[in-house]
Amino acid sequence: MSGVLLSIRDVAVDLPTPRGNLRAVDHVDLSLEAGRTLGIVGESGCGKTMLSRAILQLLPKKAKLAGRVMFDGQDLAQLAPEGLRRLRARDLAVVFQDPMTSLNPVLTIGTQLMETIQEHLELDASAAKKRSIELLTAVGIPAPEQRLAQYPHQCSGGMRQRIAIAIALSCEPKLLIADEPTTALDVTIQAQILDLLAREQRRRHMAMIIITHDLGVVAGRADEVAVMYAGRVVERAPTQALFKHMHMPYTEALLAAIPKLDAAPHTPLPAISGRPPDPTRPLKGCSFAPRCRYATNRCHEAKPELKSAEMPDHLYACFHPIQMAEGIGA
Amino acid sequence: MATLELSLPEEVEQPVRRRRRLGFLFWFAIFWILLVVVLAMFAPILPLQNPVDMDMLERRAWFSSEHWLGTDGLGRDELSRLIFGAGVSLTVGLCAPMIGLTIGGALGLLAGYFRGRFETLVVGSMDVLLAFPPLIFALAIVAYLGQSIPNLTFILGFLGIPAFMRVSRAATLTLARREFVIAAEALGASHARILLRELLPNVFLPLFAFFLLGVAVTIVVEGSLSFLGLGVPPPMASWGSMIGEGRESLEVAPRLAFLPAVAMFVTVLAFNLVGDTLRAITDPRQGAL
Repeated sequence: MSGVLLSIRDVAVDLPTPRGNLRAVDHVDLSLEAGRTLGIVGESGCGKTMLSRAILQLLPKKAKLAGRVMFDGQDLAQLAPEGLRRLRARDLAVVFQDPMTSLNPVLTIGTQLMETIQEHLELDASAAKKRSIELLTAVGIPAPEQRLAQYPHQCSGGMRQRIAIAIALSCEPKLLIADEPTTALDVTIQAQILDLLAREQRRRHMAMIIITHDLGVVAGRADEVAVMYAGRVVERAPTQALFKHMHMPYTEALLAAIPKLDAAPHTPLPAISGRPPDPTRPLKGCSFAPRCRYATNRCHEAKPELKSAEMPDHLYACFHPIQMAEGIGA
Repeated sequence: MATLELSLPEEVEQPVRRRRRLGFLFWFAIFWILLVVVLAMFAPILPLQNPVDMDMLERRAWFSSEHWLGTDGLGRDELSRLIFGAGVSLTVGLCAPMIGLTIGGALGLLAGYFRGRFETLVVGSMDVLLAFPPLIFALAIVAYLGQSIPNLTFILGFLGIPAFMRVSRAATLTLARREFVIAAEALGASHARILLRELLPNVFLPLFAFFLLGVAVTIVVEGSLSFLGLGVPPPMASWGSMIGEGRESLEVAPRLAFLPAVAMFVTVLAFNLVGDTLRAITDPRQGAL
């Protein structure tokens, strides 16, 4: 593939709260090549969204960012506001979880789409309109001409998410960050939206980061998966390898918590007991240890490093990796 | 993974233009506002009697073909004074909230979006303004700059700024953290663009509704100030000063206070009705909930 597009080195995000410093993202290293897909998986509050905001440099004003976010050879954290703005306009785009709030409620879809296009591609109004219709057709919206005159509330949730994707794609980004793009949608629409994202990604050869709490979402679609827990990446591997031999107990627990269609009725769902640790009071040892069924004294005493074992591209942070994981078909 | 193949062509319904029945009251309100505005605008060229010409022999005259609505305590034509007074009331009533809308709206938008020290400064100074007794302020301005319509408009407009600032800031605060603003920022929109294209159209709806309310309130306040003698300088007529002058002959000719009061009441009501209806029609979010 064509080289590294995004490389995150030792990124940490600190949020000051009344209860003390909250470390939302804890020394994360990631990299992504052009045209590839990275899945970031983890439960609520584990720092997925903060990590994506750190990449986009859209953190809350009080947040402190450490480390380097290299995008296309530039450190985004060091970039002046004007340069950052131009870079965002050209190369970065984001799709959010809730299409209800990610579109401006008082402007028509046509206005929102055409203004973005006119701004970025410097087209006149009629060319921008033509381009908008092409984009809406590309994201699978029937009768796009009529849609242009409508307001967001006149479209369904799936339709709105398609429109949000069309707006994100309008500037031909090199990197698209999809922050839980299907969480607010129902299951049949989820598959459509994910397929749409995958198709447009291939066509435009853009890199994509899918953030989700659902391992099933990334299973067939991401090239690489990073599992996050309490602000840290605890396991990172190519998708195939991860699902075949997961090493981290947390990943296993996440997968076990997905309801299975072939399970007998009234089978209790194996939820992960307990809650993530309080991020304002970091633990001395492994942050998953209090909830882990393999935990030993060593886990509570020291933090395991993220390192690779038998396979160089399969990294995990655990003292007691699961060795004999049953192969679970992805 | 076996997923349902659902990429069937979906039906899209033609957006149906709903025709809304606006009702008699709305059209009556529009008619009344137009009538008052046209009469006030063309007052100088209408065949009216001079509103300041006194006829001491015909004081408090009853309705007649010469004086359609009679004369006031100084023998001036009541109808003519009502129409010329409408001009004053409308000018002040529309211009003063406009000052509040522009300055207060802009300050609130900037404070709600940029937050930080600027917001503290704006909110703090507005609190100071609110704590200052408005009548003292009006007295001071009138004493130094004199009694005139521009000064009156300025006083009322200035006093309206904090309220508009608060409405605009509150609306901005809830909107500025919404995802469409972050999405715009992620697409490289500048601050000016986010403020003008993303936030302003959203904030404008509540501000406009508040503006129409402001028009109604300002007409009444202008009346009160004129009633107290702080409004338009005599012998110029305004509805408020007419009510004030009519007070002296309340026992013998109550109509002198009553007529301008009715005119003011109907006009204020008309503005409120139109404002409510317009907001209901133009608010695209009504179907969203």
